Amino acid sequence: MKISLLRNPLIWLFVVFAIFPIAATAINQTYYLSFISKVMVFGIAALGLNLVLGFGGMVSLGHAAFVGVGAYAVGLCMHYGVTNGWVHFGLAIGVGALSSLLIGALCLRAGGISFIMLTLAFAQLLFFLGVGLKQYGGDDGFSFRGHSEFFSWLQLEDVRVMYWVILACLALTVLVVGRSTRSGFGLALRGVKSNEGRAQSIGLHTYRHKLAAFVLSGMFCSLSGALLANLTQFVSPSYMHFSRSAELLLMILLGGISSLLGPVVGAAAFIVLEESLGHITPHWQAPMGLAIVLIVLFARNGLIDLAMAVVVRFKRKRS
Amino acid sequence: MIFTLGLFLIQLLNGLQFGVTLFLFTSGLTLVLGIMNFMNLGHASFYMIGAYYAVALTNWSGSFVFGVLLALPATYVTALAVEWLVFRRLYERSHLDQVLVTFGLVMFFNEVVRIIWGTAGLYFTVPDWLSGSVVLGSGALYPVYRLLIIAVGCLVALAMFLVIKYTRIGMLIRAGADKPEMVEAVGVNIRGVFRGVVALGAALAALAGALSGPLYSVESGMGDSMLILALVAITIGGVGSIRGSFFAALMIGVVDAMGRMFLPQLFAIFLSRPVADAIGPATGSMLIYLLMIVVLLARPNGLFAFRGR
Repeated sequence: MKISLLRNPLIWLFVVFAIFPIAATAINQTYYLSFISKVMVFGIAALGLNLVLGFGGMVSLGHAAFVGVGAYAVGLCMHYGVTNGWVHFGLAIGVGALSSLLIGALCLRAGGISFIMLTLAFAQLLFFLGVGLKQYGGDDGFSFRGHSEFFSWLQLEDVRVMYWVILACLALTVLVVGRSTRSGFGLALRGVKSNEGRAQSIGLHTYRHKLAAFVLSGMFCSLSGALLANLTQFVSPSYMHFSRSAELLLMILLGGISSLLGPVVGAAAFIVLEESLGHITPHWQAPMGLAIVLIVLFARNGLIDLAMAVVVRFKRKRS
Repeated sequence: MIFTLGLFLIQLLNGLQFGVTLFLFTSGLTLVLGIMNFMNLGHASFYMIGAYYAVALTNWSGSFVFGVLLALPATYVTALAVEWLVFRRLYERSHLDQVLVTFGLVMFFNEVVRIIWGTAGLYFTVPDWLSGSVVLGSGALYPVYRLLIIAVGCLVALAMFLVIKYTRIGMLIRAGADKPEMVEAVGVNIRGVFRGVVALGAALAALAGALSGPLYSVESGMGDSMLILALVAITIGGVGSIRGSFFAALMIGVVDAMGRMFLPQLFAIFLSRPVADAIGPATGSMLIYLLMIVVLLARPNGLFAFRGR
């Protein structure tokens, strides 16, 4: 048991994430703290989405909408002077659950390609709702001052505190997603993914399971949105744009689908790739788009699998 | 602003004009989805590429008509190349792979267009003989060019109905939409049909883009919003149905135009001015999505869905 704990790559991931701020503070580079914070925030959203995609086999092209819902919940609270963090996060996750329940219940009526189109359409509906809210900046969004306030000893002003809070949320997400995928619910969900007809015929309520997964993933996405709003102190409809949803899917695919760790690694890989291409050329979207096409076409099982394959080959050559 | 017959007619025609443009865009996409079960977000790029080709070729040839007509074969060839390089590797892959690869393509083409033609939107104008206006019933003026778009769109729709109903290729498309394996089993090169449908659909999207060019600015990413509306139209009309996408596209065009114009005014009658101003524009642009939800609740497979699909 102890040995398997050490072999668990998740533990190592958290060790890296925990050592990182100490190293960054030592060399006085707090920019990297907010950078890694961003990686972890998107990692939470990707982990949540992976419940639907990796374990449920449903391609949702609208989960950025729930990120936006969470961000708007925090932003609007701050706008009206409500600074209590418990209210912020309770509201964000509550509204996220409610909206994903409504959207999921409708979208899951149709399967396959229609499900993709419907999730996209509903996300766009929320996007236009944000654009239409002219008193909250409309298209441009709005920024606010201050952060969610939890305890007097926990001030999110400080990037290091923010980092630890986000890391704690990430750990919580990994824990809950991991537990639920190993539970009966997770097994049922995987059954639905591999053969829905068979799952139905042995008496599973496949619709209910899929909806539960959809709502749970929506809640994690809005948690991520609430953290994102705190991190950037800015909220705009662009958080809900369909390209954000596609990016979340891409993060999962990059890291490797249906593994617990994949989405976090994928989020890191995606954001690093985006930022470094952005430094090289203002037209970074052209190489990025090309990279996406090539990676999805030729590295089907994600970067982790690709790395594993390279390692295996290397070992074989040496022996 | 007050409600007048002239204003109503103008908005109705604007809605129809946008509707037929959306149909030109949607028709190719719905076939690709229906026949090949292929989720092609890259369709948005063909709309944009068609518009850019039209601008470039109009400037080169000096004739608007030539520019638009030449943009179609140019986009057709581009689409064949993209199909050969990328799409044909995707037909057997999962929807997720299809979505992500074609999303990557959209990102790539949006940026390539910016590199070649610059970040600012291009404007191109219609020739003099198209820039006039006609008088509608109650003294309101309406541009000839928009009427031309409606006419072209309806003609293309009619041609498509005829081709699909009465020709051999139409028969293959219908059969492919129903049971592609069977079509292949009786010795038809279904891959060839696929390739043709993708490229022809791209040419139609290019026509839509080229015709819209003079109305809106020609810019990077102009196809993205069309793509999403097209997906709504396909959801309403039923996947793979040309007839469905025609009626759904017109419905979306008219409902959207009317909603944006008259919904804020309608709210202003019942609600106080600031409240109406706040929720009017938001609900105006959300109206078509609400329409989609209603259709979806009543007919989950769309209004004109194939049997058994």
